[in-house]
This record gives sequence, C-alpha cells and structure tokens, in this order.
Amino acid sequence: MSDKILLKARQVLKQYPGTRALDCVDFNTYEGKVNVLIGENGAGKSTLMKICAGVEQATSGKFYINDQLVSLKNTKEAQAHGIGIIYQELNLFPELNVAQNIFMAKEEMKNGMLNNKYHHLEATKIMNKLEHAIDSNTLVKNLRVGQQQIVEIAKTMIQDNLKILIMDEPTSSLSNSEVEILFRLIDELKSQGISIIYISHRLEEIMKIGDYVTVLRDGKVIEEEKVQSIDVPWIVRKMVGKGTKQTYIDHDKIIGDIIFETHDLSLGKLGGGYLVDHVNLNVKAGEVLGLYGLMGAGRTELIESIMGLHPEVDGAISINGKKIIPRNNKQQIANGLGHIPEDRQGEGLIQTMSIEKNITLSILEKLYRWLRIDTKKEKDYVKNIVSKLYIKVGDHKNSIMSLSGGNQQKVVIGKWMLTKPKVLFMDEPTRGIDVGAKEDVFKIMNELSKEGIGIIFVGSDLKEVISVSDRIIVMSNGAVTGTFSNNEVTEQLLVDSSYAGH
Amino acid sequence: MKKSNIQNVSISMVLLKGRTLIALIVIILVFSMISPGFLSAKSLILVTKHSAITTIIALGMTLVIISGGIDLSVGSIIGLTAMISGGLIYKGIIFGEYTVFLSIPLIIILSLFVGIVIGFLNGWLISYMKVPAFIATLGTMYVARGAALLRSGGETFPNLSGKSELGNTGFELLGAGTFLNIPYSIWIMVLLIFLAIYVTKKTPLGWHIFAVGGNERAAKLSGIEIRKTKIFVYIFSGVCASIVGLIVASQLVAAHPATGETWEMNAIAAAVLGGTSMSGGVGTIGGTVIGGFIIGVLNDGMVMMGISSFWQMVIKGMVIVIAVITDMSQRKLQAKMALAQQVKD
Repeated sequence: MSDKILLKARQVLKQYPGTRALDCVDFNTYEGKVNVLIGENGAGKSTLMKICAGVEQATSGKFYINDQLVSLKNTKEAQAHGIGIIYQELNLFPELNVAQNIFMAKEEMKNGMLNNKYHHLEATKIMNKLEHAIDSNTLVKNLRVGQQQIVEIAKTMIQDNLKILIMDEPTSSLSNSEVEILFRLIDELKSQGISIIYISHRLEEIMKIGDYVTVLRDGKVIEEEKVQSIDVPWIVRKMVGKGTKQTYIDHDKIIGDIIFETHDLSLGKLGGGYLVDHVNLNVKAGEVLGLYGLMGAGRTELIESIMGLHPEVDGAISINGKKIIPRNNKQQIANGLGHIPEDRQGEGLIQTMSIEKNITLSILEKLYRWLRIDTKKEKDYVKNIVSKLYIKVGDHKNSIMSLSGGNQQKVVIGKWMLTKPKVLFMDEPTRGIDVGAKEDVFKIMNELSKEGIGIIFVGSDLKEVISVSDRIIVMSNGAVTGTFSNNEVTEQLLVDSSYAGH
Repeated sequence: MKKSNIQNVSISMVLLKGRTLIALIVIILVFSMISPGFLSAKSLILVTKHSAITTIIALGMTLVIISGGIDLSVGSIIGLTAMISGGLIYKGIIFGEYTVFLSIPLIIILSLFVGIVIGFLNGWLISYMKVPAFIATLGTMYVARGAALLRSGGETFPNLSGKSELGNTGFELLGAGTFLNIPYSIWIMVLLIFLAIYVTKKTPLGWHIFAVGGNERAAKLSGIEIRKTKIFVYIFSGVCASIVGLIVASQLVAAHPATGETWEMNAIAAAVLGGTSMSGGVGTIGGTVIGGFIIGVLNDGMVMMGISSFWQMVIKGMVIVIAVITDMSQRKLQAKMALAQQVKD
C-alpha cells in the first residue's frame, strides 16, 4: 500500500465501568482517502471517533499524526491538529440562525464587537458551496433535518487547518439528492488532501465512496482492507463474525395459536410519509418473534403505537381475536400487553425510588385492599421476582441506582412479569448490559415463552436476534420488508431486507 | 485507620440525616436560654398554633413538589377562602330583596370548595393544557387574589361572630375553641399530617405521586395516570390552603382580602427545609412538618427576642440557603459511600 498514513492510532484501550469499549485498537487514516469504519451497534466505532476528536480520553494508547506523537486530551487540542467531527446526533442551537450556528465559539471580532457581516458573508459562501443557498439569517429550527445536517457539515468547513474530517453516520437523515451533494463534497475534500473517516451502516454507500475499510467487532479491529478488493458479503461476514452459532431456542417448546395481531397499523410522519407503514404481523402463544431493523426503521414507533402511546395511530390490533384500536396506554396494559422500553434510564426506571417500588409500580392498585397496600404480599412478589430473575440485590429497599445496568434491566422486566402479560414487547432489552446479564435476559425470555407468553424482541445485533427468535420480521422505513423462520434465516438475508427501500 | 474513617462517615451521615430535627431542637434551646418563658406549655402551644398555619399549607405544597410541580396560588386561595366565608357570614347571599344567611357548617363546606375548584383548575391547566406549573399557578394566584379583593371592594369584613337570630353564630369557635386544652387548629394539623402520611405511604396514589415526579415518562409507560395524579395533588394543596383560610379568618373573627399574601413562600421554604427536592420525586411529610416548625419557631422566637422584622427576613433567607447546601452535601456524601461500596464489592 503506497498511500500515506496521516493519523495512526496504536493500542488504544478504553475501559468503562464494567465493559471494555475498545481493546488495543490499531487504526490508520490514509491521507486524502475515505477511511470507512464499520461494525455493529456497540462495536466501539463512535467511542473510537470520540477519542480521536478529543471528546473522550482513551484509558491508554498513542496517536501519531505524520508519525509524530500527539496528544488529544480535549476538543481544542484535536482541533489544533486539524481534526473535525460531525456527530451522529445533531449539535445545533435551534433558536439561533445558520450563521450563528456555523461560527459558534469561533466568532470573528471587529472593534470589540461581533463581526456579523463577516459571519453572514462566510456562512453564505459555505452554504452555496454545499449547494444549499439557505439565507444565513434563517433560524435552524425552521430547517428540515437534512438541511440541519448540511449546517452541521458547514460548521467543520470553516476550520481552516482541517486535515481529518470524521463523519459519524452523516447520511442517516439525508434524502437521496442530499446524499449526492454530500458525496460530491467528500470528493472535493479528498482532492484537497483532506482525509475522511466515515461511519455508516449503509453498506452500498461504503462500497460507493470508501477507499479503505476497517471492521470493528466487540471493541477489536478485525480487518483492514482496500474497498476495491472486497464486496458487501465480505463486510457482513467480518462484521458479524463466524464463531460458534449459539442458540437459546428451545425446540421442544409448544407454540400455540395466534394471540396477537396488528391490522394495517400506520403512524404518519410530520411532513408526510409514515413512521409505521401499514404493518401486519402476528405472534403466537409461546413464540419469540424477533424484530430486526436499522436505527430509525420504525420498530420503536411500532411498539409505542401498539401500546397506545400514539393515540393518532391508524389501523387496529387484536388480542386473542378481540379487535382493539390502541388509544390508551393504561388500557393496553390492562388488555394484557407489557412493554420494556428501549431507553432504560429515560423510560424504564424511576431513579428516585427503591428497587422494590420499581418492581411493583404497575400493580400497586391491585395490591390496594382495605384502604392500604398489602405490604406482605408486595414483599412476597418482590422476593419471587428477584430470585426468578437472578437479580443480585442486598436490600430490596435500596435505591434502584445502586444496581448495575443489567440488574436494573431485570427490575424493569420484573415489573412487567407482575402484570401477567399475554404479550411482552422487549425493545432492545440487552442494550448496554454485560454478557452475563444478557445471557440471563435470554434465559428469562425463554422461560416466559414456555409459559405461553408471546414475546416480541427488538434487536439490533444480528447474532442475538437470530439466536433467540423462533421467527424474525425485518422492518425498513416503517414497513415490514421480510419475514423469516429460524431455520431459513441468514445474516445476509436480514441485512438485505433491512436496506430494502433505502 | 480505614475503619475509623468509615465510622466517621457514618456518624456524620446520621448527623446529616437528622440535621433538620437537630436544627429545630437547637433553635428551640437557644430561644429558651435567651427568653426563659419560651419553654412553658402556654408558649409552646402558641408557637405550635402559629406553626400549624405554615405546616398545613406546606403539606399540600410537599405533595405538589414531589410530583414535580409547584403551587404559587395557595396564599391567594387562603385570602379568597377567608373572603368567601367572611362574606357569607357578614353579608349573606342576596337574592333581589331577600338575603339568605347560611349555617356555619354549610359555610365551611362551601368555603372549602374554593380550594377544590382552584386546585382542580391548576391541575387541569398543568396536566391537560400543558401549562408549566409555575406559570399556571402564578396565573391563578393573581386571579384568586383579585377575586378576594373584588368580593369586598378591598374592604375587610369585620366581626364574623354572626347573629343568633340569623342562626350563623359560632364561627370563632374554629379558631378559638380547644379540645383537651389544645386549640382546634393544632388538632386539624395533626389530622392532616396523618392523612398526608397515609396517602404518601399507604396508597398507590401516593407512590404514583413519587413516580410521576421521579420520572414522568417512565411512570406513564408503567400505566400510571399522570393527569389524575397531578390533579389530585393540586386539589389537595388547594384544600389545605382553604382550611388555613378558614382558620385564620376565624382566629381574627374578621376577613381581610390580603390574608395569606406571600405565605406560599413559607410553605415552599418549609418543604425544602424538610428535604423535599425541587426537582421532584423526593420528600417526606415528616421532614416538612419539621420544616414548618422551624419557620414557626424562628418567627415567634425572633419576635420574642425583639429582633426587627427586617433582620428576621435576612435570617430566614439564610437558614433556607444553608439548609439546601447541607442537603446537597448529604447527597454527595451518600453517592460517595455508595460508590465506595461498589468498589469494595
């Protein structure tokens, strides 16, 4: 390989409490090339990029630019070395205008005052170059998401010493024509000798614009290769890994009749289109139905719609053949649906309350007899759940925040077991928990399904979804794009369906 | 070496946890040393009677703050309730040429509806119309105060003793009457304290209040009815304020439209002194009662010592800020100890 390496990362290690996000990673950025970083959710891509941009610090490891050892302790140092980053989430001030956003913290002064004339002139120039002639006085909140993404890109353009530009999933909110503009921009940057580090889940994109690809899996670099010499199946193979195919599926269990169905369930998107697009699916008693899709495929919105959290939803569901239009969350819970939300901290737990009360929260009204909560019964329930779910706790009255992430997740699962659901929706229940807890969660899922509960498991990890699901449905752009039984499914099939419609 | 460290930490922990009670005892001791009459039964009952006013409204305020809100309208509800009850006794209800006078129990029940209605309005604005609690209750604060002033054109209703030929005597009994030598207002406070403890500890509704204030989204996803819970706490707070309005009007045997002005601040202060977190989800009734008494004892003690009312304000303000600072350090210490425990495990 004759290309020159601009940024070299050597033996980078990042330790978080309980998990190792990066394990002795060696990463090369070639000058004037698009260096693609690829891996599944949680493989460590974003962590590595945040370290390169100085947002987070590596536990150990070295960085070289042009073979010179550099320190990247904070964003300022990284910027001084010419490293810019476009984050996955938009980092804009909605109430400020385009020029103010672009020059935030890089303001030009004139006579002790802001040189707004210069700001607007430069902002207009940059936006024109990006083929988006938006008035620089427009407030960012009034822009479409795609336009906001362009502003985000424009922010990095004013860095005059820019040598390396990190783009963390820049196309996730762009339309096709905007993607084309972005690609043209990338070509232009390349010709100026600027290196791009590009993260994306869209494999076709990578094949189109990538020069080098580095595959990360479980915090380790698996392979580095020139894009010309690989194909999409190669990427999937490397991303997912071979390994022994582990399965948690119990083939002896009895799968019963259909207990849950959706009928043309749709949820409109602001400004047209659908978040959930006429979804028809069913779950049988005792079945684990995997729901796979990329981020933004509409899986969470589908479940929220079923749970009655979007009363404006169209279509209907039926439980045991009884048709219901989901309008009210409490009603849906009473109808026998349970929902373990995706965001454990934001939606699953009451951080100020005890372990015990977090478990019994949904059934307190049922425990209320003779003008008081039956605390004896409550304790029995909690004890039962704690032992059944292998939750490691000292005192049940301790704060929920004293538990590890995995045990917190089990508490959330326990809360829903007490409501005795017929169908349980588990939205990424294994996100951010350690391997042991993951295994426990899968065991629990299996036991629950043996009791005849229908489980819908939302997962983003291909191997996980395949190893626990009796049947898998793939969603893309709000619609169901594939249904596979466990014995016919392959990772490639899931990946292909998850890109359908993109 | 290490062990004694841990012991030190746990001792300071106990001191920190009981700090409001300790502070109350210290304040009482200081006042009783300065003015020896302070610890007499008569004076203590008087102080308790005064503290009851702040404590009762603080009970409602505590539930509201635990649910993640704030209620600025309680002072005005006190004033409006006083004016409604006072007007019913003093002027009666005028139907053309007839004037109807109601009996005292009926007047009391009708006056309590002031708190129920404004409380419901607060809860409805906040949970259905999504108006921030601060703004909604600021609005009802002005409206209720204005209504209180309009009721009499800004005048005081003097002499609420009633007339025996009209059958509406006995209103002053509420403020002046005693049972076992203890004023009714103290008994009412005790009843309300038990009611509040019962609600927060023994009913699903109480835990739902904590859940809503702790994490509203998670509470909603757990099937808790957020709107019902919020409307309840504001009605409870409104009723507590109306009770205080009746007590005060009865104690003075007169109703003035400015009654209760800025008392909502005393109630917030009592709740915060008692360890209620302004960000919601955390608080106890016991703590609030201690907080209410600290405010009451400080007021009376400083009056007895002849401290100017200007200095009283300065001291009260400082006590509140110091209380919140110690609250923060307790939380930090707790987090530190929990972390040390995790490292050890």
